[in-house]
Amino acid sequence: MTSLILLNVTNGLIIGAFYVLMALGLSLILNLSGVINFAHGGFLALGGYLAYTIEPYIGFWAALLVSPFLVALLGLLIERTMIRRLYRLDPLYSLLLTFGLAFIFEDMTRAVWGATGLPYKVPDVLTQPISADLFFITRYRLFMVLIVAIAVGGLFLFLRMTRQGVRIRAGTFDLDTLASLGVNVRGLRSFNFALGIFLAGLAGVLAGGQLSLEPTMGANLLMPSFVAIIIGGVGSLPGTLLGGLLIGVAAGITTVFWPSASEAVIYVMMAVVLLVRPRGLFGEEGLLS
Amino acid sequence: MTSGETGRKLIQLAVIWAILLATPYWLPHLGGYMALGTRVLVLGLAAMSLNFLLGFTGVLSFGHGAYFGLGAYGTGLALKFLTVSTPLALLLGALLGGIAGAVLGALIVRRRGVYFAMVTIAFGQVFYFIAFRWSSLTGGDDGLSGFTRQPLHFGFWTADILNNAVLFYYFVLAVFGIGVACMGYLLRSPFGHTLLAIRENERRARFLGIPVEQHIWLSFTISCFFVSLAGGLNALLNNFADPTILNYNQSGEIVIMAVLGGMRSFWGPLVGAAVFVVLQDYLSSMTTNWMSFLGLIFVLAVLFFPRGVLGFNIPGLAASTKSLLKVRSATP
Repeated sequence: MTSLILLNVTNGLIIGAFYVLMALGLSLILNLSGVINFAHGGFLALGGYLAYTIEPYIGFWAALLVSPFLVALLGLLIERTMIRRLYRLDPLYSLLLTFGLAFIFEDMTRAVWGATGLPYKVPDVLTQPISADLFFITRYRLFMVLIVAIAVGGLFLFLRMTRQGVRIRAGTFDLDTLASLGVNVRGLRSFNFALGIFLAGLAGVLAGGQLSLEPTMGANLLMPSFVAIIIGGVGSLPGTLLGGLLIGVAAGITTVFWPSASEAVIYVMMAVVLLVRPRGLFGEEGLLS
Repeated sequence: MTSGETGRKLIQLAVIWAILLATPYWLPHLGGYMALGTRVLVLGLAAMSLNFLLGFTGVLSFGHGAYFGLGAYGTGLALKFLTVSTPLALLLGALLGGIAGAVLGALIVRRRGVYFAMVTIAFGQVFYFIAFRWSSLTGGDDGLSGFTRQPLHFGFWTADILNNAVLFYYFVLAVFGIGVACMGYLLRSPFGHTLLAIRENERRARFLGIPVEQHIWLSFTISCFFVSLAGGLNALLNNFADPTILNYNQSGEIVIMAVLGGMRSFWGPLVGAAVFVVLQDYLSSMTTNWMSFLGLIFVLAVLFFPRGVLGFNIPGLAASTKSLLKVRSATP
């Protein structure tokens, strides 16, 4: 029993790490631009598939970085040509636009790479379990969590230590003041969007090695990511981090006792949070609402 | 309201109803089939119900697919296990969705703006997972089957809406008419005007002492009730309910119909539904990549028709949509 719970808590933490990467990207874009990016899952899947395609030429380690970078470039292009035009309008419009893009992404991914799952090969070093007792923890899982930790740590350092990062955080609270101080808000939003998409692409490559590559793999992670953001509190990145891990573990533990409720439990958690603390665990009152 | 305006409205109403009543006579000549016309009505009712909240209260719900689906499952289950009366089953389905909307709405109205939209999206998925997992009751992934719409008995005459597609169309049109009339009546009442006041300026409405949360909650619940009614009709149309109609994709489709038709217009969403349903029907028969084209409809609608296809050329409407396309921040 204990080992079963341990197994599922570990599983929950790992899936939670995906939620965190995905939700942090969503959060970044939501906070600075007020855009709910429904296409985020599409970018994630594309990251995985692109890595699959370029891996034979440049190897696993390079693909891990190059693929998210390419996806981020595509994100930048879409932000510049379409999403930027909607910043001045009601958030409804960017939501619908990205919703449509999500359809196109999923369909195009299916058209190019096929509907059936593709295996993404990871280096042999990473496939062994870490020990005989902990047979369910392969090195790859540990590696994934490590990469997520580095990415998250890097993001938080960036937002705290660099000028650009501080601007992004400032823009979350008061974009008008930031603009009147002479900051190029257009450029900042583009950069921020690409940064969020980079995280999605990275999550896609990592997910490719753990699960298998499927056109819908990103869409399946989208809803839990929303829940993670709401539980943590819109506007707060540490909140999103905590929310992602929390729902991952909660879903993992529920799997032990009542498997068929493992998806629904996170929504119950969200309901409780909204009832007790509507702004979310770390949310600021009045932000984006 | 001037008498000229009232006259115009009456003519508009007469034209719309004449077209709807005559559908069985002109639709087949244009290459359409009866079920397509019925689908337009069903989704039109859904989009108009959503627009009660979106267009006339100014609050975006992106989770209405859930209540649409709840209405479908409620109606299907009622017909399967509880009753042989089609109207009663429909009412039970609509009540199920309405009650679920009332309960979740109480949590949701505590948030506003983008936040509100996100919470509605996330809550919408709960019912999808319940329908998906509780397969002993709902049929799970395969969907709910094993029920059929039952003929209507009027004492002296029995309307066989099961086998006669035209009669079923008129049944749906009658339910549609009742739903639309109720919503129209509510919007003309002081309650409806209060909703408009909240849409135009929530802060000022609050200063006037209007209980804003309560009103939004009521509007949300009413909207959920009628969208569930549409969902119930959808189940009757197909004699089937599948879990994907509970999904957020369904929600998105209902929203885009309302936007395509024009959110500031009462009848606009019906036009949006007609455009969308016909396009979807056409595309899915033409290409396997219909999803891409569907996505393209969303993208093009947002970029080129943000005021809807109706709002595009109608003078006078442009002014009223200004608040809709309001500037969210002073920065470029």
